[in-house]
Amino acid sequence: MTTAPAKAGWRFRQPSVIPGFGLTLGFSLAYLTLIILIPLSGLVWRSAALGWVDFWAIAVDRRTLNALKISFGTAFLAAVVNVVFGTIVAWVLVRYRFPGRRIADAMVDLPFALPTAVAGIALTTLYAPNGWIGQLLMPLGIKVAYTPLGIVVALVFIGLPFVVRTVQPIMEEVDKEVEEAAATLGASRFQIIARVLFPGLAPAIITGFSLAFARGVGEYGSVIFIAGNLPFKSEIAPLLIVIRLEEYNYEAATAIAAIMLALSFVMLLVVNLVQTWSRKRYG
Amino acid sequence: MEVRVVNVRKEFERFPALHDVSLDIRSGELIALLGPSGSGKTTLLRLIAGLERPTKGAIFFGDEDASQKSIQERNVGFVFQHYALFRHMTVADNIGFGLKVRHGAARPSGQEIRRRALELLDLVQLSGLEKRYPAQLSGGQRQRVALARAMAIEPKVLLLDEPFGALDAQVRRELRRWLREIHDRTGHTTVFVTHDQEEALELADRVVVMSQGRIEQVGTADDIYDTPNSPFVYSFIGESSSLPVKVENGEVWIADRPIGLSAPHAPSGEAVLHFRPHDVDLVDGCSGCIAGTVAASRRVAGTRRVELEIGGERQRVEIELPVDHPAAQKSRVAFRPRRWKLFPAT
Repeated sequence: MTTAPAKAGWRFRQPSVIPGFGLTLGFSLAYLTLIILIPLSGLVWRSAALGWVDFWAIAVDRRTLNALKISFGTAFLAAVVNVVFGTIVAWVLVRYRFPGRRIADAMVDLPFALPTAVAGIALTTLYAPNGWIGQLLMPLGIKVAYTPLGIVVALVFIGLPFVVRTVQPIMEEVDKEVEEAAATLGASRFQIIARVLFPGLAPAIITGFSLAFARGVGEYGSVIFIAGNLPFKSEIAPLLIVIRLEEYNYEAATAIAAIMLALSFVMLLVVNLVQTWSRKRYG
Repeated sequence: MEVRVVNVRKEFERFPALHDVSLDIRSGELIALLGPSGSGKTTLLRLIAGLERPTKGAIFFGDEDASQKSIQERNVGFVFQHYALFRHMTVADNIGFGLKVRHGAARPSGQEIRRRALELLDLVQLSGLEKRYPAQLSGGQRQRVALARAMAIEPKVLLLDEPFGALDAQVRRELRRWLREIHDRTGHTTVFVTHDQEEALELADRVVVMSQGRIEQVGTADDIYDTPNSPFVYSFIGESSSLPVKVENGEVWIADRPIGLSAPHAPSGEAVLHFRPHDVDLVDGCSGCIAGTVAASRRVAGTRRVELEIGGERQRVEIELPVDHPAAQKSRVAFRPRRWKLFPAT
């Protein structure tokens, strides 16, 4: 049974003799249908009522395109920033014991718990041209609040725990002996990190990236405060959807939503395929 | 490469793991560090590798003071109990890793690295598996890859930390013989740690018996087994029985009877008699012997092991008899150890 599962394709793998397979599978499917599939197909259904031509017109509308570009672009940048610094934070929390480590560890979760609007308001106050950080950046010609850069800052804040919390447990599992083995073989500290540790963590880092990215694309509460929301400049797609809703233009709102859904789905699918591939190789 | 450990002491957060240990390892020797867990054997091995720094003392590779060098510079091959292979690399890449991380002129070409890897893979009898990942190998195969990887850098010393500890009995025995062969063929100075005395005695040129952070005895299998120099070594290596006795005028007494053993050089007073259960003569009647009541009798492989209660204090000792020996049926057995040793009572 374990020897050739790869060729089995669409077959059920024989479940264990412990009962519960039918019940739990049935429940999972019903639950996923109710919670995710029905609402999302409702969304597609509603936007389909629009007709292909109108749908396309909304999709390629300059304002829509710009909003999508800003949403996905800033989410991507923020996820990249989070991958780099989140991995470092996870490393420090896992590897070193220092006073206040537990507090630092708990702090990582704050963006999970905090109402995102509160984060948005706090960040805006800090980064506004007259805020604590904003007034320091102003002379350098860097404007954060009310620009796409502000959106990135907010999304970095929101996405950090996703990277830290996915990478941390995998990092804890890393065997100290593997590093020691590499050192006895003559590898320098840098070579150990680049050639031994990092490749082992890559799947977790990719997962962290995709979670932070997905969260960033969907983020609304914190962004609208710091973004300034200028159409074509710093207006994110979720906000555009809300604007359309307030105009009672439900078709346009659902159309933009459907586009976001499709794009997000494709991106997460790609990330998942990369995961499966690496897992198959390294077991 | 000859390795000398000179007056090394190691403390972990002020808890001493090794007390003033000295050991000379000859070039090309296969040596075993044997002891129960907590005896400091792994610590000693890691100190030689440079994975730990000694609190005091020094370790010499030839005439060089290796304790001043980093792990990377020491050029030792280390094999871990749980293999510690790089799981995202193929077997060939694992073996070639040590060569690939070298700098500048010291690094062989990619082709040369590959050639070396395949050659070593052949040496460890795993030809054809170079494209596999560690997850696709059995435990025994992984440990062979780990050994090939350690040998790829042409180490000055090969260090193995319980290399067969995670494998089942059958594979252990197989790999033991195989390691001996590899050692004889390549001639690396090799130190391995084990808690399995059979493994140590069978495999090593010399055995270092350790206990509680000290070296108890260093010697060949014969030395260690036949002339143990402490009660610990006597009881740790092989089967042994012991009895509290008294020495008076060069005679060994149990309670109020002499048992027919003379120890002219032993000081008078309390002592402990050690002997091997299989190294005894049964005697009839008892003038000058140890006699006891049979408390239990068990069949162990080719012999029968009889547990006797001796004297008023009902001290229990074990002796071994041939399976068909009539004495096993009796309720009282008298014997005299053929070979024995007295240690002062503690």
